Amino acid sequence: MTVDDRFSRDFQEMRADRPIGTRNEIVTGPVSDWATDFSHTESEWAADPYRIQDELRQRCPIAHTERFGGGWLPTRYEDVAAIAYDTDRFSSRAIIMGNFRPPPELAPIGGSPPISSDPPFHHHARKLLLPAFTKHAVARREAATRAFCHALIDALEGEDVVDAARDYAQHIPMRVIADMLGFPPEDGPRFRAFIEGVLEGVNLPPDERLGRMDNLFDYLLAQIHDHVGNPRDDLTTYLINVEFGGQKLSSSHVAGTMALLLIAGIDTTWSAIGASLWHLAKTPADRERLVADPGLLPTAMEELLRAYAPVTMARLVKEDMSWNGVDMKADDWILLSFPAANRDPAQFDRAGEVVIDREVNRHAAFGLGIHRCVGSHLARMELRVALEVWLERIPDFGLADPAAVTWASGQVRGPRTLPLRIG
Amino acid sequence: MKVKIDSERCQGHGRCYDLAPDLFGADDEGYGQVIGDSTVPEGQERATSLAASNCPERAIEILQEA
Repeated sequence: MTVDDRFSRDFQEMRADRPIGTRNEIVTGPVSDWATDFSHTESEWAADPYRIQDELRQRCPIAHTERFGGGWLPTRYEDVAAIAYDTDRFSSRAIIMGNFRPPPELAPIGGSPPISSDPPFHHHARKLLLPAFTKHAVARREAATRAFCHALIDALEGEDVVDAARDYAQHIPMRVIADMLGFPPEDGPRFRAFIEGVLEGVNLPPDERLGRMDNLFDYLLAQIHDHVGNPRDDLTTYLINVEFGGQKLSSSHVAGTMALLLIAGIDTTWSAIGASLWHLAKTPADRERLVADPGLLPTAMEELLRAYAPVTMARLVKEDMSWNGVDMKADDWILLSFPAANRDPAQFDRAGEVVIDREVNRHAAFGLGIHRCVGSHLARMELRVALEVWLERIPDFGLADPAAVTWASGQVRGPRTLPLRIG
Repeated sequence: MKVKIDSERCQGHGRCYDLAPDLFGADDEGYGQVIGDSTVPEGQERATSLAASNCPERAIEILQEA
């Protein structure tokens, strides 16, 4: 292969014709009333969103905020499901609720297809990814993932207190996704900076936020160039070469999908592994039961996914409308909280408790409808293997200092500092 | 007892083939499929109802024979 014209312009040039969206005033600081002024970026939310959501479900149940240029937070399972299914009235052209809205012309493709895409384009963009992420396809990565988990535990040898988020959970999805995309495994620390830039920097000044996004796309473009020159058996080469409707993908589609896989593939699973270990560290009865009966893990894992679902999505309202008793305006955000849906007592018995042998568990941790997490089978494999290896190697552990645990703020929630006393 | 998957509703979560692998499989894109004809073999009734009650999309329909 010689030069692929699609990637000969660099992103500097592409940025020049980036579509102009709308920006709003950035409002931060303590929330006065969660029903009228909610913010998923404040520390109170990061520390414990469930108490807030449970109260709102009783009071509202759809909360509002003027922050982020205006948005809504449904807290009942029924409302979250209805919005997830209603792609006619709610657009995915932006899925991170912040202070910038991309212009309507960006639909139906969006910046990171297919998560940012609306029908009918969505279907085609998603179809390209599905075969690589089936349960069968991801099972081929299980042995390598298990070996990697063991190597991480080997490296903890001799320590009394370890940070399970920093030294264990985060590395597992980083390695798996780097392998799948064909990126150098030693670039892991850079991925973390990209993730923080995209998901956690929502209240930064817009230019700084765009700058962080540019760093990510510069990195992706370098990887694309490397793969155009040296094609290999990985997802990057696949996306560069794949065709639909007789045409290869545009450069922005290739890079946008790579960005999605990199960001969404790491932060989420890292959070699920960390939150599960946090729960087991503070709940000796559940930990001892799983150590004694490893066969219960697949059932327990679903319950941990329900109770500590890491991912909240966002939508934009397409047109002014009255929806379930509230007046939504075009371009209002919807903060689509699958964690809130998963703790709705109308949908789950003992919704606020972790019942590790819960057999009927129709949870929505991976979303509902056409945007069901494309990586859900991969995430489940990584979470299961990560917990199996940890429980096998370190059956006895507890929180070293409960107050030292920190949680990511924003739309992906999980422990970022998790000191555990082991042995 | 018979079982079917509503392919309009199925989004490929795969809970059915996780919970009842003898009865459900995945197609090349991960969408659920009933293995064989739609009749639930004896002894598989519980696994079938478990799969149905765990499907996030409510895509599995169980038909009791008269």
